[in-house]
Amino acid sequence: MLEIKNLCAGVEGREILKGVDLTITAGEVHAVMGPNGSGKSTLAAILAGREGYEVTQGQVLYNGVDLLEMDPEERAREGLFLAFQYPVEIPGVNSTYFLKAALNAIRKHRGEPELDALEFLSLVKEKMKLLELREDFLKRPVNAGFSGGEKKRNEIFQMAVLEPKLAILDETDSGLDIDALRVVAEGVNRLKRPDNAQLVITHYQRLLNYIIPDFVHVLFDGRIVRSGGKELALELEEKGYDWIAKHEAVTA
Amino acid sequence: MQTTMIPEQIKQADPYLAAFERFASNGAEEPQWIGQLRKSGMARFSEIGFPTLRDEDWRFTNVAPIARLPFRPLLQPVRGDLPDPTGFNFAKIESSRLVFVNGHFAPELSRVLPLPKGAQITGMANALANDGALAQKHLGRHVRLEQNAFAALNTAFFTDGALVFIPAGVEVPQPVHLLYITTATETGATAHPRNLIVAERDSRVTILESYVSTVHGAYFTNAVTEFVIGEHATVEHCKFQDESPAAYHIAALQMSLGKNCDFISHSIATGAKLSRNNINTVLGGEHIECVLNGLYLTKDDQLADHHMIVEHAKPHCNSHEYYNGILDDRSRGVFHGRILVRPIAQKTDAKQTNKNLLLADTATANAKPQLEIYADDVKCTHGATVGQLNKDSIFYLRARGIDAETARRMLIHAFAGEIIDRIRCEPAREELDRVFWDRLEENPHVADVK
Ligand SMILES: Nc1ncnc2c1ncn2[C@@H]1O[C@H](COP(=O)(O)OP(=O)(O)OP(=O)(O)O)[C@@H](O)[C@H]1O
Repeated sequence: MLEIKNLCAGVEGREILKGVDLTITAGEVHAVMGPNGSGKSTLAAILAGREGYEVTQGQVLYNGVDLLEMDPEERAREGLFLAFQYPVEIPGVNSTYFLKAALNAIRKHRGEPELDALEFLSLVKEKMKLLELREDFLKRPVNAGFSGGEKKRNEIFQMAVLEPKLAILDETDSGLDIDALRVVAEGVNRLKRPDNAQLVITHYQRLLNYIIPDFVHVLFDGRIVRSGGKELALELEEKGYDWIAKHEAVTA
Repeated sequence: MQTTMIPEQIKQADPYLAAFERFASNGAEEPQWIGQLRKSGMARFSEIGFPTLRDEDWRFTNVAPIARLPFRPLLQPVRGDLPDPTGFNFAKIESSRLVFVNGHFAPELSRVLPLPKGAQITGMANALANDGALAQKHLGRHVRLEQNAFAALNTAFFTDGALVFIPAGVEVPQPVHLLYITTATETGATAHPRNLIVAERDSRVTILESYVSTVHGAYFTNAVTEFVIGEHATVEHCKFQDESPAAYHIAALQMSLGKNCDFISHSIATGAKLSRNNINTVLGGEHIECVLNGLYLTKDDQLADHHMIVEHAKPHCNSHEYYNGILDDRSRGVFHGRILVRPIAQKTDAKQTNKNLLLADTATANAKPQLEIYADDVKCTHGATVGQLNKDSIFYLRARGIDAETARRMLIHAFAGEIIDRIRCEPAREELDRVFWDRLEENPHVADVK
């Protein structure tokens, strides 16, 4: 589904990603862990199509096509979804209106009929239960005045409505209390299907107690320096990122 | 050596004086006090003349194009075909509607719903011809002519307008809509609408005011509206200035507010080549809630100017001004907000914001906040911003599958929505919301603004 080959990218001449290789197949859950500043968010942003990054080398194929050539909205319509680390507050844009426009843009792209107001409402009500969201939520402007936890829940709620093929969750666990973490993780788990995949970016093993990854990768200084099964996360938790740092220094 | 350029002096009152003498000689049947009022207006105008860029209150707005227009006051009602008012905005709202054509009341096009006892909604000329007592008590007593040449000119030349009187304790359930249509095609054709709105204590009323045209000429609307609002009254005023893009529009809005009243006034400006609203409010009692809310949308070489003075003359009042501008092409938005807090006006809470969104690099916004505070226990804040759409917001919307153009439109619409959402009169709010959505839809620029 996703093939990242030797991806090198940076901002204003400064290299942040220094040759990332990662392959994700449908049905899999991958976790990317790594210390602050290692480039995790940069990777997520480049995959989603945020402007301002310079790709100097490498390639990203999404279902066989060059992802980096696509506009952000095209990527979204093709089923790529980024749950933002910092969801943006958009005062004045009503949540229902926004989400309906997004869903219908995606449905149209897939050749499916657009949903009318009633069909849309019954769909979102069902998904809101999944995330234990209050009903008034949809009447409010997008993320405006939401608490940190509500914003993160909203991201996963949007994911539930839009049903992406590849979901990238950028530190969705940060800012969540333990109950919210459970709700969000359960939501994510229920959206898992054999034909979609998830890329979970996190600092902590905590989230991975709920969202069980098939593969764990450690991103360090712009490169994936280690990959393994879920036990790698536990090992990291135990030994800390210093362990990787030392190891890197030795092998370098 | 450099020579100092002497800017064109625009105090050429002569054509105006000549027109006034002709006009006054025909006004024999008018009550004497009106003749006096007109003379005082003319005298004031002759003395001060049109403002120039050197006047602090006009430093961003050059009215020389108005001064250069041939002066053609529209002193006679239109004879012959009247325009069809039903296609204009607000015209489908269930309301008592007074229609004015070229500044003259058109009873054939107007319709007043059954009113509670004592309430009056009528043309000013009618009111003056019948029983002028109410008008005499208020007309020209509130608006200040000393700094306002345009209001002075209006005072000299007005022929008609609306008179709305809501007696104490009366609520008018449907809005009152004042619709001004210009049909005059000559350059410099000038209407001087003169309105007086008196809402006595404990009354409630909503006034919608809209300025439109059937022509594309360089006509001039020079309006004055005086509001006299009593204790505990609740008044909403919503003005929609949608004049021809070649027209000039200057309006004075003078509010005298009584204690505990709740007053909100919206100024929505999309029309005219040059428009200016002089909004003066005097908070003359305690515990007043006053909101001035405005939105301007300009393109080409339009200029929309809002100048306001909010005078806190008594303690414990709240005043808020919220003005947003959306400026395209080479157009300009001007906002000048002066808050004056008198020494006695302790516990004043005055806030002011002006936000401008530039859709083109060539558009400009001028904001001038001015706080003059002579009391010590007050809260006054102001803020002005000029900028483009937020990139992160655009990316967020696009990352959900919404195309870039729709994303920009949603954000611009939201920016307008901040202001429109404050309109309490639901049908007017919904209609203006649609108007903005449609105009933004038509705007070819929204597709490529950054
Ligand atoms: N727009 C930018 N301009 C300049 N530097 C940037 C920019 N974006 C990222 N960086 C830098 O690139 C490095 C990687 O940042 P990134 O946010 O990808 O790390 P991260 O692994 O997600 O970190 P964290 O865990 O703290 O979120 C950091 O040193 C950061 O300061």
